[in-house]
Amino acid sequence: MKPGSVAIVGAAETTELGEIPHTSQLELHCDAAHNALEDAALGPGDIDGVATAGESPVAIAHHLGITPTYVDGTSVGGCSFMLHVRHAAAAIREGLCTTVLVTHGESGRSHVGRPVLRGGGGLAAQFEQPFGPMGPATLFTIPALRYMKTFGVTEEQLAMVAVVQREWAARNPRASHRDPLTLRDVLDSRMIAYPFRKLMCCLVTDGGGALILATAERARDFPRKPVYVLGTGESVETPMVSQMEDFTTSKAFRVSGKKAFAEAGITPSDVDHLMIYDAFAHLPLYGLEDLGFCGRGEAARFIWERHTAPGGRLPLNTNGGGLSYMHSGMYGMYALQESVRQLRGTAPAQVPEARISVAHGVGGMFASSGTIVLSNQTP
Amino acid sequence: MTDDRSRYVPRPTPETQPFWDGTRAGELRLQRCEACAHVYFPPRPFCPKCAGRKVRWFRASGRGFLYSYVIHHRPAPGFEPPYSIAVVELEEGPRMMTNIVNCPQTPEVLVLDMPLEVVFTQLSDDIALPQFQPVGTSR
Repeated sequence: MKPGSVAIVGAAETTELGEIPHTSQLELHCDAAHNALEDAALGPGDIDGVATAGESPVAIAHHLGITPTYVDGTSVGGCSFMLHVRHAAAAIREGLCTTVLVTHGESGRSHVGRPVLRGGGGLAAQFEQPFGPMGPATLFTIPALRYMKTFGVTEEQLAMVAVVQREWAARNPRASHRDPLTLRDVLDSRMIAYPFRKLMCCLVTDGGGALILATAERARDFPRKPVYVLGTGESVETPMVSQMEDFTTSKAFRVSGKKAFAEAGITPSDVDHLMIYDAFAHLPLYGLEDLGFCGRGEAARFIWERHTAPGGRLPLNTNGGGLSYMHSGMYGMYALQESVRQLRGTAPAQVPEARISVAHGVGGMFASSGTIVLSNQTP
Repeated sequence: MTDDRSRYVPRPTPETQPFWDGTRAGELRLQRCEACAHVYFPPRPFCPKCAGRKVRWFRASGRGFLYSYVIHHRPAPGFEPPYSIAVVELEEGPRMMTNIVNCPQTPEVLVLDMPLEVVFTQLSDDIALPQFQPVGTSR
């Protein structure tokens, strides 16, 4: 694709974040969508493309009063929204539609109007579920010990990821948790699934977000500063974490990241601001290495030395991340929202003169990945 | 205390039935491609490497090593926390999820790369679950 030919022209989160027991999941989507429409000064009649995950795009389109000529229901976990942005950019360029709305809403904490999740008939039901995993905290985390042994990473270093992200969250009034954390706090928090303690695991909250995309030519006519899509990538590896090719690196991360960076024509050193989906504390380590920001096995020390902390050379997860900002279940949308805020210059913890931001997402348990390179300037 | 909510019992499909027939007979069975000799898991009626459809079940050694794990400290139906959820790398190459049993569920005892051997736990009349224990554990 031609880098920068499509832009994000509207972006917003739900009015509230955190605990929202008075709002159903469907209406979280729609609150975010209406906020994004307002942000772009558009009405539902201006939208001709709809993309979502977690709810059917049919339900979202009909509920909002949209008649789309482009529909994307890609649902590969928390990074689905990165894939929606990628597909929307291609669809707009191809002329399938002109203005795409991507929505997310999730009643992850309050479970209001949330579709019942079924176990499914996949092979995981036979070859993982019988061994007693109870959701992501016991599955996403399984590769970590092999990574830690391979590279000599300590539990203190894992804890440091949470400490640094809390420093970012402290600068963000919308963050769920803002009180300072010490390494001791993290290492003394309740053991969930060794080596993961409670404060190394993401929050469980309610919320939503929405994005609107259009061509770069039109983008200048919208009220907000356009955020251009420079490069995109996506991939999948395995629906069963036990079948990952290598527990020390994610193939989906590498493939997705490489594609996005190549398309954008950038290298890691060009990146001013980075979001890496952090459902658990080990994910930024894998992301930093698999995207090429650090050599193999170097990410834990990189974070320990405060390069990703406030004042560091690579500001990472500046909203506080899934560990401290919010995590509804499919966090990818919030990573994209923070990248947009940073490039508009409206982030609570604003990175001075940020020009290029990367939002990197994961879905399932290292099952899928999407990477979006954004900029406030055209190449 | 073991969580007395009913434990999850897997339901075989036609393609995986030979695996579960094997565990009920006290055997860990894998598949090998007759064209390229690739050994793989989980079961499917074709080779994931070369797409060959001539594949054959065989009895694996039941030995491997501890590749990675977590120790779950929260309640789960049919399990007594803390319990390990592990991935074993089999001698023949494939990896599978399992539990490490018949030993203390501590990081001190569960050391990565330790040798393991398969044991079978009867979950129902039809299903025996392949779990692993440290090699040389007396039963």
